[in-house]
Amino acid sequence: MSISVEIPTLLRPLTGGLKRLDADGATVYEVLQQLEQRYPGLQDRLLKDGAVRRFMNLYVNDEDIRFAQELATPVSAGDCLTILPAVAGGAAGEGAR
Amino acid sequence: MLTLTKPLLEAVLAHAWRDHPLEACGVLAGPAGSGQPQRCIPLRNVAGATDFFRIDPQQQLQLWRELDAAGEAPLVIYHSHTGSRAEPSRDDIAAAGEPDAHYLIVSTDPRHANEVRSFRMVDGVVVEERVKTLASAPDASPIEHSKETS
Repeated sequence: MSISVEIPTLLRPLTGGLKRLDADGATVYEVLQQLEQRYPGLQDRLLKDGAVRRFMNLYVNDEDIRFAQELATPVSAGDCLTILPAVAGGAAGEGAR
Repeated sequence: MLTLTKPLLEAVLAHAWRDHPLEACGVLAGPAGSGQPQRCIPLRNVAGATDFFRIDPQQQLQLWRELDAAGEAPLVIYHSHTGSRAEPSRDDIAAAGEPDAHYLIVSTDPRHANEVRSFRMVDGVVVEERVKTLASAPDASPIEHSKETS
């Protein structure tokens, strides 16, 4: 049994439209590494400088990995890794006039 | 084009003014793929800032799951700008992660008060769209009232 990964609409163009994938690994990072081999470009959308991108949320079994061990959060067979773009923004970014 | 009812738009503006000068955020949910938002779900801006908003990731996951289970979707993601126009900022564009959603921005800046604008934002590409307000919810069936002659 492997880890089930939920892909958001935004990233499905990179997974051939697939909404759910299976992958293996002992940590979130290992799972993402394996996915990157199958779906090149996916990791860049999720990570920057070795950490989860600011506007991307990753959850293991519904828990935000920021409140666990981030990318080192352990996963095991049967776990679910959910990827969800954050709902965030605001006028702070230059460009709002 | 974004079509929504006047009561829904009023709910968004009321939320924006209630939270002013902090940015307000929430979603308008409706049947997935229908293009007809039916209810306003105000969410808490955990950033608690005048120029930034973020929905609690845990609350977001739970809400997204609930909507999905009910055959609904966050058709509209709204937020307020409290000191600038209702235009997408760099952060808005960078964060936009729902390609199918309408991004509704309202302004509570006194200079642009109650400005309401809607955008589609995908992978850094921003397209403004018209906002059409209906007095009330449209019928589920076409409005052709062909009188039956008996």
